[in-house]
Amino acid sequence: MAERPPQQPLQPPSEDPEGTLRRQTGAKEQPIIPDLLSLPAGGLRQWAKTSLFGSTKDTILTVVFGAILGYIAYRAVVYVFVSARWEVVFDGPLVAYMLGNRFNQTGLSHVNVWAAIYLLTATAGLIAGVSRANGNRTPLKVALKILAAPIVGVMAVLAMTRTITPALLVLGGIALFLVVRTAVPRLPDAVLRRAGWISMGLTAIAFFVLTGGDPSNVDKFGGLLLTIVVSAGGIVLSFPLGVVLALARRSSFPLIRPIAVLYIELIRGVPLITLLFMGRFAFGFFLPPGTRAPGVIPRAIVMITLFTAAYVAEVVRGGLQSVPRGQTEGAQALGLSPLKVTRLIVLPQALRNSIPALIGQFISLLKDTSLLVVIGIPELLGITEQVLAQLKFKAQGYQPETYAFVCLMYWIICFSMSRASQRLETRLGVGQR
Amino acid sequence: MSAATSSPSSARPPLWRDAKVIRWVGQMVVVLLALAFLWWIYSNVQANLRVTRLPRGFGFLDQPYGSDIRGSSFRPSQSVWEAFKVGYFNTIRVVALGIPACTVIGIAIGIARLSENALVRAFGTLYVETFRNIPVLVWIFLAYFVVLSGNLPRIEDALEPFGIAIFSNRGIYLPWYEAGPDIAPFLLTAGLGLLMAGLVAAWRTKVHERTGAPHRRVLWGTVVLLATLVIGYFVLGGPLGMTVPAKEGRLIQGGITVDIAYAGLTIALVLYTASHVAEIVRGAIQAVPKGQSEAANALALTNFQRYRYVVLPQAFRIMIPPLASQYLNITKNSSLAVAVGYYEITRVYSTVANNAAPPVQAVIILMGLYLTFSLGISLVANIINRRLQLEAR
Repeated sequence: MAERPPQQPLQPPSEDPEGTLRRQTGAKEQPIIPDLLSLPAGGLRQWAKTSLFGSTKDTILTVVFGAILGYIAYRAVVYVFVSARWEVVFDGPLVAYMLGNRFNQTGLSHVNVWAAIYLLTATAGLIAGVSRANGNRTPLKVALKILAAPIVGVMAVLAMTRTITPALLVLGGIALFLVVRTAVPRLPDAVLRRAGWISMGLTAIAFFVLTGGDPSNVDKFGGLLLTIVVSAGGIVLSFPLGVVLALARRSSFPLIRPIAVLYIELIRGVPLITLLFMGRFAFGFFLPPGTRAPGVIPRAIVMITLFTAAYVAEVVRGGLQSVPRGQTEGAQALGLSPLKVTRLIVLPQALRNSIPALIGQFISLLKDTSLLVVIGIPELLGITEQVLAQLKFKAQGYQPETYAFVCLMYWIICFSMSRASQRLETRLGVGQR
Repeated sequence: MSAATSSPSSARPPLWRDAKVIRWVGQMVVVLLALAFLWWIYSNVQANLRVTRLPRGFGFLDQPYGSDIRGSSFRPSQSVWEAFKVGYFNTIRVVALGIPACTVIGIAIGIARLSENALVRAFGTLYVETFRNIPVLVWIFLAYFVVLSGNLPRIEDALEPFGIAIFSNRGIYLPWYEAGPDIAPFLLTAGLGLLMAGLVAAWRTKVHERTGAPHRRVLWGTVVLLATLVIGYFVLGGPLGMTVPAKEGRLIQGGITVDIAYAGLTIALVLYTASHVAEIVRGAIQAVPKGQSEAANALALTNFQRYRYVVLPQAFRIMIPPLASQYLNITKNSSLAVAVGYYEITRVYSTVANNAAPPVQAVIILMGLYLTFSLGISLVANIINRRLQLEAR
């Protein structure tokens, strides 16, 4: 599919009334973030004249909101560069924020983590390369929009660390990504066709390397690593369950539909924290007496999966409803069995339509992992309590700095994910077909 | 080849290849498996409760709760069920303030994001992208630990802006109303005033329909209501007063006490949810066909009139289902109060769970209480939604 910038329709304006309208009322159709990388037509002065000082009312608004924004920016800059005591993040505890306090007890080393990161980088390179081979080029401007926040974040963290090793490792990762991406289109077709399976395999190997072959090591993870492992586990496990629930809810089986409806509505009616409490305090009671219940973190992952699956089911159901009836009827007319109609015709289209909403769902899953702190699991937010309890930082009012750092981490991940989902939305043409 | 397989007279296929039969048998199998699974869980729970000698019923609800509840007259000897009732009421207090507040802020920010003015738009974007991309629990921690309890002064040197409110790390004290002995007749008068205002508004509407004169029913109604209230107030000799908090040593007299945990929780929930509401509002306004706005402009409506009479009513119809789900979210997220120690349902549950109550039953009660909220909100949303939907023609 050809890349088309949103404000320059390829067709002549006469054939594209929507496009002309869009350009006439340009201010209303601004992208969600003002486009900082491209200067507005007519130069900066013209732009300021029309959109900042167009009328008296506009001028007042500009002055008031300019003052507010300026004050926020001033306070933020003063805080970050002058008054904040960043030693609570960078003078020792950084490893705890990233990997947790008990990572050393696993017998794993940072090599495992970096190896896993490199494997995932190679996977990302593979996917990007395949996408390239299929003729989908992400323009640099768009890629920058998605990656700007992580780049700034990583650079800020690297600038504050003492040694040069992390910086070199990050550069190595970028190089690996670029090499794989360039190399992939030259690989034989047979490899390209199986790219999906290969990337799944690579991800599984990455997990194996990360845990050193023993998944129970996850119980000793913490910090950002745990946040990511729990979210990834929740995503991978809740997706198939959610699809099955959605299909069951949309099916014509009068006995199965109510089961799916009951499950989805019950789960959606209660807060996640109640499910986490259930996993923490009641899970052991569901197993036969004498069985040893799995660790706290696997139980939490199970509960998060059960919770997210209900929401995924609703998203996929929306996707299923968006597939025109004609598709099903056409497939039936071709003599496909009901199973094949669903698997080959309906489900692929439905899933493609629900990808952006699914990413949204997974962003909220990632944010929801912060609730684990309430049941005493030291993920990114929970680790702050352990850092603040260290003798060096105890009772000295270091909360603002720790929370600011945690906020930044969450923000970078969620913001770039939502950007990526917007990009996918335009690329897949959701709602435009 | 053989006659048995190709007999054209047998219209029905054999039982094991009949699609109808397969469908029903397959469904039965799934249902039976689900029931068997549930039965397995149930019997495991029963067996475990036997082994651990925990009570098997819900009798723990009548046991004494065993501790105080801050900010209420609850006594430790009262039952667990009574404690849950207090918690339920405290959850309602968060939701009742949170829903209107997040709606108002959300609509304001949503409209700001569509402003023609680039700086107003930038402010809206900054707000939404900041609040939406950081977990609500982090906001609650920030509001409670950093902004309120870590920042407010001790009671001795509390802030007293204009002498009408007191801010300290023990609580926030605000002025509040005080009912005199004649409050009942005054409320009656107020009801009467409301009724009269409604009648006057109806009369103005009729006049407007008959003569075309401007109806001004809101103005008329308000004047009638205010007049009744003022007359009633003076005739009854001031049945309604105001108390202002005052500091006497380390004690605070008068006013109303706002728990800091309540304030932090509510502020964080409102600001966070407002960012989602803003996105819904923006999406809904953008979904109103552009022709509507252009037609309004062609009729020379002002900007305000265009929003009030043309765009917002139509956007509102689109907004209701996602808005209802945000209201549900704010209700469910109020359970995070447990992290800052505000006594709502979840907090009561966690105390009960730590006091050796049977864990399974306690969680079931907790979930059941939240389901009442969810069902209530979806019910109201469905009714409103049905009322507002366009009649299909």
